[in-house]
Amino acid sequence: MLYIKCPYCGLRAQKEFSYGGDATVKRPNINEEVSSEDWDNFVYMRKSPRGKHIELWQHIAGCRQWIKVQRDTATHEIFQTAKVTEEIR
Amino acid sequence: MSQPFRLNKEGLINRNKKISFTFNGKKLFGYEGDTIASALIANGIHLVGRSFKYHRPRGFFGAGVEEPNAKLQVEFNGHSEPNVNATEMELVEGLSATSQNCWPSVNFDVGAINNFLKMFFPAGFYYKTFMWPKSFWYKIYEPFIRKAAGLGVASIEKDKERYEHKFEYCDLLVTGSGPSGLASAYAAAKNGAKVILAEDKPRFGGTLLTDDVSIDNLSGKDWAEKIITELKSMPNVTVKNRSQVFGYYDHNMLVMFERVSDHLEKKSKFTPRQRLWYIRAKETILSTGSIERPIVFGNNDTPGIFLSAAAKEYMKVYGVLVGKKPLIFTNNDSAYETALEFKKNNVEPIILDTREEHSSELIDEAKSKGIDIRFSHGVIVANGYKKVKSAKIGKLNKDKNSFEKIETVDCDCICVSGFWTPSVHLASQSGNKLKYEEKIDAFIPDKKKQHETSVGAANGSFTLEESLKNGFENGSNLSAKITDTKTEIAIPNVNEKKYGAHDKFWCMPLPKNENPKRFVDFQNDVSVSDIEIALREGYRSIEHVKRYTTLGMATDQGRTSNLNGLQLVSNIENKIVPEVGHTTFRPPFTPITIGTIVGREVGMEYMPTRKTPMHEWHEKNNAVFVDAGAWKRPRYYKQGNETLFEASKREAKNVRENVGICDVTTLGKIDIKGPDAAEFLNRVYTNAWMKLPVGKARYGLMLREDGIVMDDGTTTRISENHYHMTTTTAQAANVLSHLEYYLQIVWPELNVNVVSTTEQWAGAAIAGPKSRDMLSKLYPDLDVSNDSLPFMGYKEADFFGVPSRIFRISFSGELAYEINVKSDHGMFMWEKMMEVGKEFGNQPYGTEALSTLRIEMGHVAGPELDGRTIPSDVSLNGLVSKKKDFIGKNSLGREAFNVESRQKIVGLIPIDRKSSIPEGSHIVQDQNAKLPNPKLGHVSSSCWSVENNNPFSLAIMKDGKNMIGKKFFAVSPLKNKSIEVEVISSHYVDPEGKRVRS
Ligand SMILES: [Zn+2]
Repeated sequence: MLYIKCPYCGLRAQKEFSYGGDATVKRPNINEEVSSEDWDNFVYMRKSPRGKHIELWQHIAGCRQWIKVQRDTATHEIFQTAKVTEEIR
Repeated sequence: MSQPFRLNKEGLINRNKKISFTFNGKKLFGYEGDTIASALIANGIHLVGRSFKYHRPRGFFGAGVEEPNAKLQVEFNGHSEPNVNATEMELVEGLSATSQNCWPSVNFDVGAINNFLKMFFPAGFYYKTFMWPKSFWYKIYEPFIRKAAGLGVASIEKDKERYEHKFEYCDLLVTGSGPSGLASAYAAAKNGAKVILAEDKPRFGGTLLTDDVSIDNLSGKDWAEKIITELKSMPNVTVKNRSQVFGYYDHNMLVMFERVSDHLEKKSKFTPRQRLWYIRAKETILSTGSIERPIVFGNNDTPGIFLSAAAKEYMKVYGVLVGKKPLIFTNNDSAYETALEFKKNNVEPIILDTREEHSSELIDEAKSKGIDIRFSHGVIVANGYKKVKSAKIGKLNKDKNSFEKIETVDCDCICVSGFWTPSVHLASQSGNKLKYEEKIDAFIPDKKKQHETSVGAANGSFTLEESLKNGFENGSNLSAKITDTKTEIAIPNVNEKKYGAHDKFWCMPLPKNENPKRFVDFQNDVSVSDIEIALREGYRSIEHVKRYTTLGMATDQGRTSNLNGLQLVSNIENKIVPEVGHTTFRPPFTPITIGTIVGREVGMEYMPTRKTPMHEWHEKNNAVFVDAGAWKRPRYYKQGNETLFEASKREAKNVRENVGICDVTTLGKIDIKGPDAAEFLNRVYTNAWMKLPVGKARYGLMLREDGIVMDDGTTTRISENHYHMTTTTAQAANVLSHLEYYLQIVWPELNVNVVSTTEQWAGAAIAGPKSRDMLSKLYPDLDVSNDSLPFMGYKEADFFGVPSRIFRISFSGELAYEINVKSDHGMFMWEKMMEVGKEFGNQPYGTEALSTLRIEMGHVAGPELDGRTIPSDVSLNGLVSKKKDFIGKNSLGREAFNVESRQKIVGLIPIDRKSSIPEGSHIVQDQNAKLPNPKLGHVSSSCWSVENNNPFSLAIMKDGKNMIGKKFFAVSPLKNKSIEVEVISSHYVDPEGKRVRS
């Protein structure tokens, strides 16, 4: 079970979080034209890297904030966590 | 009753307390402190089971966790448990143990014929045998395999025991209380660290209990006791025996299995049987020790053959002799200690040492005591079927590949030692890539992956002095970094015997024309020839060899077989062991009970139960409940002998004709506040929200970004910047997370806050043509006319002195209202409604009637919004705005979503107007068509239409709207039904929606 540092609450067990996927995906702006290709990339296409991955988790049984977690998908090492308003590296 | 193999004095058992038990029906006794194994051996019993594949007689091999053979079915404290390790299970009064994997009895086992039909069971027999003909599987092969193989029998009784989970945090977790573990824990404790010391056995001390050593002029055992006593007195230390750390997971999370009360005769009602500890440790000391390695020889699985250290442990801890005519077969000095221990107890051993004649402290001592030592000797094959009777021994030539002399000697046990293997399972599980240490011919941990530090024998240090030093230093340094305190501890003086070098020799050759089985893995019945076959058949990777031969699998995890297997492969392949590599060590290190994994999360405690404030009333009024997520909802209110069908029909009919009330508290409720709330809803829902006036509700539909319908519900504008959203019961949590996602990540510029208020409001729906009359009685001072409170209207009003919210919304399709009051007033509201509603024929209705009402109206719900449908599939495209953007809009233009023949919602009625259509039925053109019969759609919801008095179903069907008027079959192979149906509109009752507006 991972040990995730919520930027608001501190180190908490994985049980308190739910996973939210790639944090680097940016939704096309609302009310703006978007090409089918860009839209499909946003909805469906995800990289599945072996190694460093910046992802979203929600502290669902805690402060309910969505947070960013930089994790190694192979070793589960967590390098950094941040608020969603903050940049990771 | 005497115990023929019990010593008079020796041992740590309590001779003042006899414990009676049975083995295969025979009444026996042992002493408090015995294991099942030690008590059986004391009684001279060695044959305890049959092997997995060949059903060969098997006895004990070890004295603890390393035991591969002695797994018993054990009944104690009122339950029956399979695969109990006899060398670990402590004796309790009344325990009853039986052999497994034998039929009809351990002494006469029909399956032993397999032993004589070995050619049927070579390596890979799982893959080669039983393959064809296919028709043989169910009738012949499977029953045969099931009867002949397998281990114990799982109980079919409900497990009445209590199991617990515990979460713990510490600075240092020490796994194992041998010398290095004790030293580590002690040093860390003195530095003020929060320490947990876990010992798998009942007694602390590990090898200190059996080795002939002294520390600071105390015996090993006394020193261990002194340290443990001091540790127990320290408030920062938790000391746990009978506790096995079996798994090393991510981020220094270790899991420990504690046998809390299996050894107790009586315990209090709330004492758990076993407990699972989740321990998050800042640092971990792995002081798991080492396991003795066997030497492979012919018929080395015969009962009476032991690991040499196990034989010593039986003498020193349990006061039990494993035999009175022992052969000690060794490639190293440690087995000499076993020989000396025998000698001390007036038993004359013969030592067979594979090394050439030489001298060392232990050899000299054995010689001086007059022990018969034969160098360059080894056991070729053990004789005896159910017990060792003699052994063919041989003098090895210089190259150790043939014999100079062969003779047979009588013996009743063989104690074998092939040197020591560090227990690196936990280190390996932590991610540590192991490295091969040539000095000890075994793997030891390499660079740390997590915060784990292996010490003592687990790290390949086999001397006491080194282990203690190692333990004290690491315990002190690791804890000092955490506590910032460093207490100097003097490393004690140690007196131990010096060992000479071991022989790199693990497999006895066979004389010409002799071919007894030489087992590498006892538990899985893998022999030398199996490994040879696997290699001959082209398996190279050690992981493949493992799977093909089953070497090192199952509960044993290769504890005694791993290295010998690798050595064999490397010899045949002409490689060195590190080139062959090792297989993956997987948790759990030892078997643990399913009960412990489940813990308290069983039955009613499987998940929390959510009850509405009116729950007690429902209970009192014969409600039959149904689970809706964690909620309990009344499914129907049973009157007399009514069935579900009769009751729900009565309740639904009453709503159509009079008025009914339904507890709708479980609907998800989300409070939405902020100046940008309207804009936010406009983006979240598919329909327009910018112009909803205060005091009005609107039905809304939300999609996922891929265009699939996520949820629906009504949202009401309470005041300028304040909205009250409702969601379905099932999606409440997901919708909240969804809204939070967009507000926190995608559109943080929107000034909106959301919070769940599901638990804060109690809700009741009043539905039916007489609901307005009833409402006017509930609110005598309020104008509830259609003009004042129209469909989708909203009012706040006083409900008999309690503030309340009135929403004119409808799920049933009838004229209906929903009243919300604070949860505390829920019961008051409900009872008042029942009282006031009497004159209008009001009756409560449950979810089954609720479903009937919504289905015949064609209202979609969970079964239609199943994660595969878009708005137009379920006739909700009217709610999809063309003018504005919203979540998921761009996906609705996708080609596949717009083909004419796409699945659409329709209604179905049986041609005979009588046969109910099972939910989940497939719609097909021809019920007798050849399989696979093309599927045109599926039945999503079914009910008995109370309006038309015949069955009606909703279905999602290909090209649905164009199928109206046509006939098909709804087939359910599960229910063995095929019903001819006609496709009609999904709006079966009041398609214009006049009633809700009346
Ligand atoms: Zn948090």
